[in-house]
Amino acid sequence: MSEKVLLIDDEKDFVVPLAERMKNRGIDVSSTTSPLEAIKKVEEESYDAIVLDLMMPEMDGLETLAALKEKRPELQIILLTGHATVEKGIEAMKLGAMDFLEKPIDLKVLSEKIKKAQAKKMILVEKRTEEKIKQIIMEKSW
Amino acid sequence: MTQQLDIIGETGIQFFGKISASISHEFKNALAIINENAGLLDDFTLMAEKGIPIDPERLRFPAENIAKQIQRANEIVKRMNQFSHSTDKSLKMLELGEMTKFMATISERFAAIRSITLDTKLPETPIMILTHPFLLETLIFLCLDFAMDAVGEKKTIGIITGKTENSVCLRFTGLKRLGEVQTDFPTGREMSLLAYLNAELATETDAGEIILYLPEKISESENT
Repeated sequence: MSEKVLLIDDEKDFVVPLAERMKNRGIDVSSTTSPLEAIKKVEEESYDAIVLDLMMPEMDGLETLAALKEKRPELQIILLTGHATVEKGIEAMKLGAMDFLEKPIDLKVLSEKIKKAQAKKMILVEKRTEEKIKQIIMEKSW
Repeated sequence: MTQQLDIIGETGIQFFGKISASISHEFKNALAIINENAGLLDDFTLMAEKGIPIDPERLRFPAENIAKQIQRANEIVKRMNQFSHSTDKSLKMLELGEMTKFMATISERFAAIRSITLDTKLPETPIMILTHPFLLETLIFLCLDFAMDAVGEKKTIGIITGKTENSVCLRFTGLKRLGEVQTDFPTGREMSLLAYLNAELATETDAGEIILYLPEKISESENT
């Protein structure tokens, strides 16, 4: 099953070729240069992973991350940063990012992280479904 | 005096670090775009090798993008170079309008992150001043940083260079929230720089402006 990914970065010249390369590798990718549009997209559709730039003018990456997580807590977000430091990584994880990656990107590494994100999300969704089923069984008490 | 110089030294290093980090970040963004477009061209090459026909038009976009980003990266490096050279001399004759324009350019990224536009208005005739270039840059940056906190709803800061009877001045306009944010500005950092550059700072809360008055020449004996 192909991974469904949303790519968010304000630099169109970066987003367009990256999205095309991801598509060439069989990833089902949508992209946007606007964090606000990204929030709307996340409300409307379900994604296996979000690839999000940390520094954006409309709304910075961490603000966007918080807003996305509020809408869908199960979202697996991979942050893109100009300078990946341990400090920044810890900050990103604390805010709920699954992982982070330094620009320029190694597409092989990003693809692996996306696969991990998809697996993690599936586990979360399965767990949630299991809990729901348990709750229904308890309530019905056949 | 020693304490004042310590403050100036520390403030200067912090400013240099902040600008260097910002410029290198911008440079990395250009490299990231080049990387993706080169990768896309590589994908097309692999497709062609497999016998998949590639429309030459599809090659145009990444190729043009690479050329564009190389130009951008070159401009970024030029700015970094110009900025680094501002520390070369402790006193230099410079054109204030040009320096203001340069400061607006290297501060653009900080403004863009806060969705703020910097609108520089240059003087009709060049204004030459003898000053400490790097410390003046530091002071202008601190004023701009404060102005970004105080900018009004229009989110545009005007930076106007002009002359008064006895000095030259730099006006930062559009600061409609001055009354709300003005707490301890100018702080010890700005005060130390103002003293060193024989400059003065005025705050016009009603007009939403801060005005930096600079002498046409600072004393060579005192500050070198």
